[in-house]
Amino acid sequence: MWWRSASFILDRQQHQNRTVAPSPESFLLSSPPPMADSPLNPKSNISAYYQTRAAHHAVVTTDWLAQAQAAVGRHSDDDGSLGGDKGAARIGGGGGGEEEGSGKAFSVIDEFNSWRKQPALAEAVAAIRALAAVIRTSGAATMMELEIELKKASDSLKSWDTTSISLTAGCDLFMLYVTRTSALEYEDFNSAKSRLIERAEKFGEISCKARRIIAMLSQDFFFDGCTILVHGFSRVVLEVLKTAAENKKHFRVLCTEGRPDRTGLRFSNELAKLDVPVKLLIDSAVAYTMDEVDVVLFGADGVVESGGIINMMGTFQIALVAHSMNKPVYVAAESYKFARHYPLDQKDMSPARRPIDFGVPIPSKVEVETSARDYTPPQYLTLLFTDLGVLTPSVISDELIQLYL
Amino acid sequence: MDPRRTARTVSDPKVRQVGFFTPAPPERSVSDPPRFQDPIQPPSPSPTQVNDHSPSGNSLSPVMIPPAHHHSDNFLRTALQATSPTKAFSYSAKTVTIPPENEDVASSFSPGRKVVSAKSPSSFPGVKASSVPASELTTVSVVNLPPGISEKAGGASVEVQNDRPVSAKTLKEKTSKAERRALQEAQRAAKAAAKAEGTKASSAASKVVTSANTKPSKAAKSSSQKNDGSQVAASEKKGGDRAPEKDRKKDAPHPRMQYDDKSRVEKAKKRAVVKQTEARNRVELFRHLPQYEHGTQLPDLETKFFELDPMHPAVYKVGLQYLSGDIRGGNARCIAMFQAFKEAIKDYSTPPEKTLIRDLTARISSYVSFLIECRPLSISMGNAIKFLKNRIAKLPLALSESEAKSTLMLDIDRFINEKIILSEKVIVKHAVTKIRDGDVLLTYGASSVVEMILLHAHELGKHFHVVVVDSRPKLEGQLLLRRLVRKGLSCTYTHVNAVSCIMQDVTRVFLGASSVLSNGTVYSRVGTACVAMVAHAFHVPVLVCCEAYKFHERVQLDSICFNELGNPDAISKVQGRKEINYLDGLVNQENLQLLNLIYDATPSDYVSMIITDYGMIPPTSVPVIVREYRRDHLWS
Repeated sequence: MWWRSASFILDRQQHQNRTVAPSPESFLLSSPPPMADSPLNPKSNISAYYQTRAAHHAVVTTDWLAQAQAAVGRHSDDDGSLGGDKGAARIGGGGGGEEEGSGKAFSVIDEFNSWRKQPALAEAVAAIRALAAVIRTSGAATMMELEIELKKASDSLKSWDTTSISLTAGCDLFMLYVTRTSALEYEDFNSAKSRLIERAEKFGEISCKARRIIAMLSQDFFFDGCTILVHGFSRVVLEVLKTAAENKKHFRVLCTEGRPDRTGLRFSNELAKLDVPVKLLIDSAVAYTMDEVDVVLFGADGVVESGGIINMMGTFQIALVAHSMNKPVYVAAESYKFARHYPLDQKDMSPARRPIDFGVPIPSKVEVETSARDYTPPQYLTLLFTDLGVLTPSVISDELIQLYL
Repeated sequence: MDPRRTARTVSDPKVRQVGFFTPAPPERSVSDPPRFQDPIQPPSPSPTQVNDHSPSGNSLSPVMIPPAHHHSDNFLRTALQATSPTKAFSYSAKTVTIPPENEDVASSFSPGRKVVSAKSPSSFPGVKASSVPASELTTVSVVNLPPGISEKAGGASVEVQNDRPVSAKTLKEKTSKAERRALQEAQRAAKAAAKAEGTKASSAASKVVTSANTKPSKAAKSSSQKNDGSQVAASEKKGGDRAPEKDRKKDAPHPRMQYDDKSRVEKAKKRAVVKQTEARNRVELFRHLPQYEHGTQLPDLETKFFELDPMHPAVYKVGLQYLSGDIRGGNARCIAMFQAFKEAIKDYSTPPEKTLIRDLTARISSYVSFLIECRPLSISMGNAIKFLKNRIAKLPLALSESEAKSTLMLDIDRFINEKIILSEKVIVKHAVTKIRDGDVLLTYGASSVVEMILLHAHELGKHFHVVVVDSRPKLEGQLLLRRLVRKGLSCTYTHVNAVSCIMQDVTRVFLGASSVLSNGTVYSRVGTACVAMVAHAFHVPVLVCCEAYKFHERVQLDSICFNELGNPDAISKVQGRKEINYLDGLVNQENLQLLNLIYDATPSDYVSMIITDYGMIPPTSVPVIVREYRRDHLWS
C-alpha cells in the first residue's frame, strides 16, 4: 500500500494510471508488486535457512518436501535459467574464482552446503568452515590477495542465502578476524594462513562452548516449580533446559506447536526424553495459558543492533502477551548471532519465505502470508543470555560497536 | 519510537508552568509572613528586608511558584520531614532539652541554645546565633541543619546581604541550573560578607550556603523582590573586589555563561567587541540565556571593520555572517569557522618572545570569544574547537613555525573532510537502506544530511513521497522544499501545526540534529521534539541523522538550561502581512514576554534510531560512540 489515507488518493490514482498499462492485473490486485508473485509461485523465495532447519529437525510436511526438492533442484541444476538472484550470484562467485584460480573447481557454496548438513553445526560455524576451506584451497601468495578472495567468497555466500542472519554474521565475523590478523606481524604468509585455518576450526568448538556457557549462566533464572514457555526449536534453549534438568530443578515446560513446521512437537519430544513435564499448546493458546507461565524463553535466529531479536514467526506476539502480563522474557543466543542489522519494523527485513501446509487446497486468489520469522523489539525483552554474559537489550549495540569498529 | 525506557518521567509539569506565570501582587509575599502561627517561627526579619529592597529589584514578577503554604506551614513541614537530628534540634530549640542521640548537633549548637533559653523560647534560635563566637559556629555539622534554621542563622549573622541570597536560592528551586546559580550567588555573597564582616560571619555564611545546597526542596519563601534585590546587592558587592581576579584569567566568555548573573555580564561586556544591546522583557525561565536586540549591532560592527586590530578579517567576516544569519546550520557554521581559522593560521606569525603553541591557542580563544558574541556556539563547533586546540597543544616543539602552520591547516582540512563531508556520505549510505518503495518520509526543517539522503534515494530510483514540515519564523523548510521539488521529488509541504494530521500517512520520520547528547537526547531545531513525539504516538519510526562529531558527552534533561534565544520580533511580527499587526506597540510592554527559542531537546524515548558515521545505533549507545570517538580521533 502506498498511500493509506484519503489525502493521497489522488496521487495513488495518478500512480495507478501510470502503471496500469504494463501490468493490468496489478491494478486489480491490492497487494504491492513484490508480494504479488511470491505466494503463487512457491518455487521462488523459499528460505534456504528454513530448509536446513526443517532438514535438521526432521520436520516433514508433504508440501514442504515437494517444494524443498523443487527448490534444491533449482539450485543444483538449472542455474540462472530462472534469472533468480541466487543463481546469478552463484555464477558470479564461482565463475570469478575459476577465472583467476586457474582451473580450481571449488565452490564455497557447495562446501557450505556440505557443512550445513550436520545437524549439530550452527549455520555460522558452517559458513566459517566453508571460508576456511577457501583459505586452504586458495593459491593466494599475499595476505591482501587472500583477503580479496575471501571477501568474494563471503559475499557470494551471503548473497546465496540472504535470509540467514547468522550466516551473514558468521561471514562478517570471520572477515573481521582475517582483516585484523593481516595487521598483525607474522613471520611469513604461510604461518598466518595456518593460523587463520586453525582459528576457523576452533570456531566450531567455540560455538558448542558458547551453548554450555549460556546454559550455565541461565540456571539462576529458573527456580524450582517454575513454568517455562518456549517457542520454536532452539538448540540453545534445549541445552539450557537440559542443564536445568540435570541440575535437578523441577520445572514444567509449555511448548507451542510452532506451525507450520511444527518445531514445537519436535522440541516437546526432546524434552519428554529428559523426563521434563511438557505440555503442548497450539500457537493461538498462548494468551490463554500466559497466567500460569513464570518465564518465557526464546532462542533467536539473530540478535540485531537495537537489542531486539529476529526469530521464528510468533515470537513477537508471545512477547507482547508476556509483556502485557508482566512476565519476564528471556532470550538465549550465542554471540555469533549478533548482527549489524537494525530493523525498524516487521517489514524492514529481507523476508524469509516458507511454504505453509494448510491441509486443504487454498484457492489461488487467496493470499498466504509465508514469512517465516518476525522481529521482536527490545522493549519486550527482559534479558539476553549470551556467552558474553547476561545482557540487557541495550548492551547488544555496545558489544556490536566494540566488535565491529 | 524506542520505548525501551517506557517508564520515563517527562519533567514535572510544575516546572514547565513556572516560566509562564501570572504576576503575583507584590504585597502578597510581604503580607504573608505576619500570618505565622507557629511559636517556633521567629517574628521574621524578612518582611522588613523585603520592604527595604523592593525598590531596588525591578517590578518583574517572580518565577517562583506562588507559595501555597505560608512560612509557618512550610517550616513545620520541612522540620518534621527532616532527619531526626534536625527534628530533634528544632524541638530542642523550643524545649531546651537535648535528646542524647544528637549529641554532636546539640553540643555544637549549645551556645545558640543557651542564648535561646536565656532569652525567649518563642524567638528562633538561629536568629541569636550571630552572637555566637565564630569558633563554635564552625563546628556545626551543617548537613543536619534544617533549612529554615540555617537560613535564619545565616540571615542573622551575616545580616542583610546574606539572608537574601539564600532566599533567592529558593526561587527557582525546581531547576537545577537555577540552583547552581543560586549557590554561586550565595557563595559570592558569602565572600563579600566575609570581607565586610570578618571571618566570623563568613564561616556562618558558607555554612548557610552548604546547608542550603543540601536541602534543595526548601520551601518557596521568598518573593521576587527579594530575589532581584539580592542579585543586585550581590553584584554590587563583588563588583569592586572581584574584578582584578577576574581579569587575570581573561578569556573568552564561558560558552555557558549565565546571563542573569549581572556582574559577569558586565565583565563580559567590557571586553566584548560586539556591542549587543540587551532586550528588555525576557521570559523569566530563560533569563540565564543571552537575549539581544537584533539588527542594532551589525552596522556598528561593519564600521569597525578596519579598526579591529586583533581580529583576523576572515574570522570577522564569518562572525558577521553568523550575526546576520547568512550562515546557518551546524555543518555550514562549523566549516565556515574552520575555513576562517585556517586563513588566520595562514597569516599568523608568532610574536617575538612567545611560543607558537601558547600564543596561537590564546589567539584562537579570542577569535572564539568573538564568534560567541556574534552568536552562541553550537555544540558541534565546540567539539571542533576542542579538536583544533588539542591539535595545537599536541604540536611537537621542534617544529618550525611554517611546518606547524601547515600541519594545523592540514588537520583542519582533514577534520572537514573526514568528520563532516565523508561522514555525511556514510550516513546517506546507511539511511537509504531504510527507505523502501512506497514510503512516505517526513522531515522537519532543513537538514543538510536529510536533504542529501532524500536526493540520493531519489537518484537510486526509489519511489517515495516526502512531507516537509516547517515552522515559523525561519521557514527553512521552504528552502529544502525548493531544492527537492526541483529535483523532481513528490513533496507535501505543511506547517508543524498540521503534523498530527499528516502523521498517519507517514512511514518514516527523518530528522537532523544539532547535537546528540550522551543520554540519547537529541538537541535540534525547536519543534523537532514535537514532531518526534507525534511520530512516536503514531508508531512511526523516528530516524535521527547526525554526524559523530556532533555528539557530546553532556547530559541534558530539558531544553531550558542550555539553549539559544532568537529575535523575539521574529515571532511577534509577520513579514509582509501588514494587516496582522496585533502586537504593534505592545512589544515593550512590561507584562508581555516574547520567547523565541532556537533549539529543543528530544528525549531519547522518542528516537528509534540514530544514523551516524559509525552505522545505525540505538540512542542508548551514544555514550559508546562518544567514548570511542574521543579516544580514536579527537584526542589522538
